[in-house]
Formats: sequence, structure tokens, C-alpha cells
Amino acid sequence: MSDVYKSVVKPILAGFGITRRRLMQRRKKYADVTVQYPDELREQYPRTRWRHFLTRYDNGLEKCIGCSLCAGACPARCIFVEAAENTDEARFSPGERYAVRYEINMIRCIFCGYCQDACPTGAIILRKDFELADYRREDFIYTKEMLLEEYPGQSEEPFESKVGGVYVNG
Amino acid sequence: MVQEWLQGLPPFWLGLIRVLLLVLPILILVPGLIWWERRLLSWMQDRIGPNRTGTLNVPRWFPIKSWRGKKLRTFGLLQPIADGVKLFLKEDITPDAVDRKLYFIAPAIALFPAFALGGVLPFGPWLSDNPATAGFYALLTPVANVDIGILYVLAISSLGVYGVVLAGYASNNKYSLLGGLRASAQLISYELAMGVSLACIVMASGSLKMTEMVRSQEGPLWGVVPWIQNWFLFTPYGLISAVVFLICMVAETNRAPFDLPEAENEIIAGYHTEYSSMKFAVFFMGEYAAMFIFGGIFATVFLGGYNLLPVNWLAIGDSVPALSGVMGFMDRLNYALAPLWFLGKCAGGITFYVWLRATLPRLRYDQLMSLGWKSLLPLAVANFIIVAIWIMGTAKWGVAGGWIAWAGASLLAVLLYLQVMSTYKSGFPDMQRRKVVLTDGIPNAPVGAGAD
Repeated sequence: MSDVYKSVVKPILAGFGITRRRLMQRRKKYADVTVQYPDELREQYPRTRWRHFLTRYDNGLEKCIGCSLCAGACPARCIFVEAAENTDEARFSPGERYAVRYEINMIRCIFCGYCQDACPTGAIILRKDFELADYRREDFIYTKEMLLEEYPGQSEEPFESKVGGVYVNG
Repeated sequence: MVQEWLQGLPPFWLGLIRVLLLVLPILILVPGLIWWERRLLSWMQDRIGPNRTGTLNVPRWFPIKSWRGKKLRTFGLLQPIADGVKLFLKEDITPDAVDRKLYFIAPAIALFPAFALGGVLPFGPWLSDNPATAGFYALLTPVANVDIGILYVLAISSLGVYGVVLAGYASNNKYSLLGGLRASAQLISYELAMGVSLACIVMASGSLKMTEMVRSQEGPLWGVVPWIQNWFLFTPYGLISAVVFLICMVAETNRAPFDLPEAENEIIAGYHTEYSSMKFAVFFMGEYAAMFIFGGIFATVFLGGYNLLPVNWLAIGDSVPALSGVMGFMDRLNYALAPLWFLGKCAGGITFYVWLRATLPRLRYDQLMSLGWKSLLPLAVANFIIVAIWIMGTAKWGVAGGWIAWAGASLLAVLLYLQVMSTYKSGFPDMQRRKVVLTDGIPNAPVGAGAD
């Protein structure tokens, strides 16, 4: 009799107690695990790699010098860079050359971040914006204008620049 | 006025009204039921559940200024409706290899018993056995107040498994067939204990008629306390019957933790693997309607049917004259809104189903069988015998004598059980000789226990 109570009845009643507690003390003691997505976004890790951005120097010049090293490093071959010479009349970047066209095919991109590692000037970076869905295939080709948009929280980030392959704050 | 109009109706139309009053509420309530299950289940699992569908943005031109731009929330109540619409619009795939006729009628066979079961459930009070004097609700419910009410319930509820078995067979799929077989085996095992547990109540109430069973629960508690109704859940034998019936009814409706026929991680989805679109929706509907109706049967047989509280209002009014006015009002309220109380009890039954699903993991097949045959059936049979002794004692020696006879019989049963268990634990002699070790049922039994 006591065996039946101890090994059958008691655990089942205890189980009912557990579910009842979870129900009654919901949000008081047990937080909901669900993130209500369109209303609230899950906090991303600081070095999450999602959408690409092209950055500028403080004086407004683009960091990208059109060297195509990112396109070379890309395992998915999704980056296309076409370079042109800077002139004194039309100067886009501090170096000799700049990127006339800079396109990333977001359908092919695997978000490995190799382009960010390969970039000698720290021009291309991957940030936390993960809402990249769209309706048409053409819309997934991100042009240079789209990539040059200021990303959310850019002004709060410490300015980073790459000198000799090493990131330097300053 | 309504009563006279109803009485004047030809029987066919009155019957149709009764059927509609049974079927339409169920059809309307099933989506709400699904919503309630999903919400409650997710609350118990630290989730939120469907809470968005049906949120309406109030447009800017809306006449009431303070409402503009706000959101009208329905807490996701429309989610099951949206799911239903999706299911109805989906492509209805019929696999090539199925047995077409059976495949088509199986969902209908699964749905039919759930509604047919409701036919004997009294949603409102029958004041007497004669329909002419039974009051207003007797005209509307139940669809048919058959004399063999509870037998009808047992007969029809076991029909429900035909749909499942036929679906499993017709699908021409190993897993579906396994699901169907499991369903039938499970039903056979639990039908017995369910029948015996109901038989106890039939003996105690002295009638098979559902309305009669409810009325027998309006008597004084244990035959002693006149102010409280004698709901069978409150009587000791009724409590045992209720527990057995509750477990059997969960098994009969194929719900967790007895959802082996559709165990998705063992046999994919069992009998409805090959079903899609509307046919699947019909299976779903049948399952939920059956849950609802079984909740109603439990309420009728054990929870005093359509009575709000287990209180005899008029008896209290008689013993405390100062309160007789209030008590008379409560009595009339109790009868006037009877369907509401009944629906409330059905909802309570559903909540219990969900709670059970959130709490207990699915049983293994052998656990299912051993629970049904080795625990519930003996318990129900012992209870049956004890109830018989109690009735005999009451008839011979009055109420007190009946309870003494009940206590003696229960004590005897417990002693018998302990004796059997000690024999079982000490091992059977020839098994000892053959060095067979029993581990079933005895946790951590030492090897060769009791051999020396």
C-alpha cells in the first residue's frame, strides 16, 4: 500500500503540483522564454555577423579603396567590386583608388565575415541587423549606396581603424 | 410562453431543435477549446502561446477618437479559426495506395460518436421522470433521455475507435496501422475498467438513466447530511470510481499521457499520418468534441450534473428559516441557469485534460497495459464488490450499518491486497527454483529476493 503511494501516487501528485506552480507563479518566479518577435528583438551577441556595412572616416571619406581583397576572400563569391582612380575634383577615399561599384549578393552570402578580416582598411564590417528578408531576388543585391548607410548605433561604437592589419582605436 | 410554443411543436421539429442545441454549441466551442488548451499548456511551460491572431488595428477614421490607432486584442482567440481556414484551403492529398472507401469514411466514423455521445447528456434539470412535468429544460435536453443512458454511453464511446482503426488500416502505411492497432488494444483494455467503475455508480444510484443519476446525487450527503448534495465524487466508493473513470476516459479519447495511437515520436502521427486538409481537421474536431463530451459525462455521473454547488439550498432554507428567502432564490438560480453550470463543469474537464497533458509523459506500451489490466481493473472490480456490500448493508441495517459494512469490506480488501503483494514480493516458488528474478513493479529488487 505504502509502496503504491510512494512510487505512483506521490510522484504524480507532485508533478501536478509542479505544473500548477508554473501556472500560478508565471512571470513572478518563472520568466517567459518567448521573445515576442516583431514587437521585441532578441538581444544579439556583440560580435554577431549579419548585415554588411561600408564605413567612412570622420571627415566623410570612404574607407574602401577598391582593392577587391574582400571579393578574393569571399568563399561564396558574392562580392563584386569595380575600382576607379580618385581625382582631385572627385575624391571619394583617401587613397589612389575607390570603389565605383560595390555589390553584395545577400542570397549567396554565408555571413562568414572573411571580407571583414581581409579588408586592409576596416571598411567593410558585419553588424547585428538580421532582418534581411525581402520579396524580390533583385532586392537582395545590396549596392554601394545601401551599404554606405549609417548603421544603428554606429555613433556609439568606438571608432576603429585598421593600420597594418591591426585594429587601432582612435 | 416559449415553453408552450415548444410543447406545441411537432416532435420532429422539437427533436431537430434539441440536436442543434447540442451540436452547434460544440462546433462553436471546439475552436475556443483548442485555443484554451494551447494557451494553458504554454503558460504551464513558461511560454506565451498564440496571442496575436485577431489583433485589430483601429483605423484613423474611427468615430471614437480615443480608440484611434489603438489595438483591439482578442488574445489570439481567432488562432484556431485561422488554423481551421488554413486546413480547409489546403490541398487534400489522397495517397495512391489507400483503400479509398474506408479512407474517406474513417474521419466521419471518428467524428460521429463524439456527437452521438452528447445525445444523452442532460444540460438542464429534469424535475421529474415524466416529461410532461419535468420543466422547461426537459423539452430541450437531452436529445433523447433513453432509459439505458449509461449503457448507451459505453456502447457509443467504444464505437469511436472504429474510425481510428479504419483510418490506420485504410492508409496502407505501417505506422498508421500500428496506431490503429494500439488504439483498439488500448480501448479494449480500458473499456472494461470504465464499465465496471460506472457500474458501481449505476448500483449506487439505482438507475441507468442520466437524468435519474443526476437526481440521485441531489440527495443528502452519505445519506446523513441533508444540506449537502450527495455528489458521487464525495462518497468514498464514488471517489475510487471517479479516479478509475477519469483515467479510462483519458485513455478512451486518446489524449496525453495515453496518446499512443498518435505518438508522434514513435509512429510519426499514427493513424492520421496520411490524412491532410479537411479530413485531418475532422479527426481533430472529433478528438476535441470527444474531450468535451467526456468532460460532460464525468460531470453528469460524478459532479452532480447541472447543479452549481453541492448544496441543497431548500434544505438549508428549511433548517434556517431566516435564510429561506435567499435560499429559495439560489435554488431557482441553480435550476434556471443550469446549462451554464454544466458547461462550466465541461470546461473544468477540459482544463483537467490539459493539466494532465502538461504534467505526465506518455506511457510506454507495457506500462499502459499493466496499468489497465493490473491496476485499474482489479481496483474497479474490488470497488464494485464493496459497493454491492454497502448497498446490501444499507438495505438491511440502515445508513449507519451500510457504512460499517462498507468499512469492513474495504478493510478486508486492503488486507487481501497486502497479502497478495507480500506473496508476490517473496517470489513464486517455481520461479525461485528456475532462478527467475521478478523486477516488474518492484523498484530496485535485489537479485534473488526472498530466495534464501
